[in-house]
Amino acid sequence: MIRLQLEPRAHTPAWLNLALPLAALLATLVLCSGLVMLAGADVFEAYGALFQGALGSRFNLIETIVKASPLVFTGLAVAVAFRAKFWNIGAEGQLLAGAMAAAFIGAREFLPAWSLVPAMILGGALAGAAAATVPAVLKVRYRVDDVVATLMLNFVIFYAMMALLDGPWKDPLSGYPDSPDIRMDAEYPMLLQATRMHLGVLLAAVGAVLSWLLMTRTTLGFAIRAVGENPRAAAHGGIAIGRVVLLTACVSGGLAGLAGVGEVAGLHFQVMAGLSPGYGYTGIVIAMLARLNPLGVVPAALFFAAIATGAENMSRQTGVPVFLADVIQGTSLICMVAALLFTSYRLRIRRHVPG
Amino acid sequence: MLQAGFLAALIRVGAPLLIATLGEMFAERAGVLNLGIEGIMLIGAMTGFSAAYFTGELWLGILAAALAGMVFGALMGLLTVSLGLSQHVSGLGVTLLGTGLAFFCYRLVFGQPSQPPSVAPFETVALPLLSEIPYFGPALFDQFALVYLGFLLVPLSAFVLYRSNWGLALRTVGENPHAAVSAGVNVTATRYQALIISGALMGVAGAYLSLAQFNAFTFGVISGRGWVCIALVVLGQWDPWRCAAAALLFGTVDALQLRLQSSGAIDLPYQFFLMLPFVVTIVAMALFSRRARAPAALLVPFRREER
Repeated sequence: MIRLQLEPRAHTPAWLNLALPLAALLATLVLCSGLVMLAGADVFEAYGALFQGALGSRFNLIETIVKASPLVFTGLAVAVAFRAKFWNIGAEGQLLAGAMAAAFIGAREFLPAWSLVPAMILGGALAGAAAATVPAVLKVRYRVDDVVATLMLNFVIFYAMMALLDGPWKDPLSGYPDSPDIRMDAEYPMLLQATRMHLGVLLAAVGAVLSWLLMTRTTLGFAIRAVGENPRAAAHGGIAIGRVVLLTACVSGGLAGLAGVGEVAGLHFQVMAGLSPGYGYTGIVIAMLARLNPLGVVPAALFFAAIATGAENMSRQTGVPVFLADVIQGTSLICMVAALLFTSYRLRIRRHVPG
Repeated sequence: MLQAGFLAALIRVGAPLLIATLGEMFAERAGVLNLGIEGIMLIGAMTGFSAAYFTGELWLGILAAALAGMVFGALMGLLTVSLGLSQHVSGLGVTLLGTGLAFFCYRLVFGQPSQPPSVAPFETVALPLLSEIPYFGPALFDQFALVYLGFLLVPLSAFVLYRSNWGLALRTVGENPHAAVSAGVNVTATRYQALIISGALMGVAGAYLSLAQFNAFTFGVISGRGWVCIALVVLGQWDPWRCAAAALLFGTVDALQLRLQSSGAIDLPYQFFLMLPFVVTIVAMALFSRRARAPAALLVPFRREER
């Protein structure tokens, strides 16, 4: 009789850290190819169209990079929070809070032109941080489950935004639920002429590096990891857990808020109902795929941006429903956590001789 | 406000929450937080609707939804029990996968018609004699058959949990899996069973929404109801009776916001009424979470060789 058994590893070989995410992605694409066939399309043709739509031309490539920038921010937000085991599922709502703050500040006539972009960035980050502080306080003071609190708050913030868009912010001419445009001076400068590549892309890259420095080179980063790994030992070592959770929430919410600022200041120049197609939730998948490493968030975000932009092309050319992108997200998250098991365990095949 | 119609409405909107909350309770009692609930309910709503649409038989839809939910419950078991992965991340993965699959399959089967397909939904069943009781009769005893089943599940769950051997095993597994092993209980099997039951109930709750409360599947058919159930289990202190009370309380808030929205008695944007159930949940959690005592082994993966 042959048995498969998991046994603990003494140490993790370095190559596994790169090989496992790639293996997980490959497994995802193989698993999802069944759905492509179910949709009556040729697997290679469909994935080819997906690849073409994501990276096949300069325009598509830039679209993918632009789409990755909010995903980098939400991915970072989740990566920082999950390190402290603060289960922030609320990046979606924090993003919307940041977007609303940016849209409000960006439309103010009394502000001098030069101050608009910095004020939006600061205001958006603060709004996101404030939105994340609510569940953090509830967790620390009232022991409310952070998963539930952050999720509930997503709905509260979404409906608050819809109330704004349907009320004071409604377009008086068209009647559409679109907020007033921000001022021209409030728009992010473009990094490349005649494209949609805006300042937010650069900010996302900077944000990733700064988050990495925060987590690896600062006392707060050390405290965040200590609280996540072993809260009892952290408390014993003199770390005020409640304070660290609150600070983590501020950083995490601030990062998610910046995702919203970028969408308003760089792309849409207003807030509307479909501002975020679930960027906050995708951020969770991205953070996990990056193994909560801020630098890994960038390639993971690019991957999911590519899937999202490519899926539309695939849908147009082969008729495979665009929701394949969502299935790929879920499947890759599951494959990734399963693959991660092999960093600390190895699979042993045992020949078991009875008797 | 306290007319019979309102009472009937709160029971009608509370029932799917009750069913899903009981499902979540079973999973958590065995030590597994099933965050797949939102996705499993959506899968249940989609499968149930599709099966009923093509067979013309609503109960086949319910059956299909239960089976689909069981498959996803088993998947949750594979990830959290067999592989011992993080319950938070596994559950979110199952929700994302379930959501994606539900949308994908719905689009594959029905395309993008201008008029979304619909079915003739469940009709209420008036119980003889009982429904003729003045005031309470029509509200309590002229409901969907699924409502009666949902409420019968409460004493049944309480009996199974507190009075059966399996229930004892389940509770031990959720409190102290090592003690359960010493008592000869198979921890892995018990957790799988609990997760499969939880999946079935979540699937049925989803199909309730697409086949009884509404008559079609829409992308927003669940819209956070699953997440609310996670909170209801905490408010219900992991006990079937209290979970039922929590679900009815939430049903009251939901029915109230619908009533306020349509009555126009309070002049607020309707989004504030939609927000109300979520705000109430947060407040209730803040009031009661300190007293809540979760099963001791909740969130802890079990590996026999590790102590």
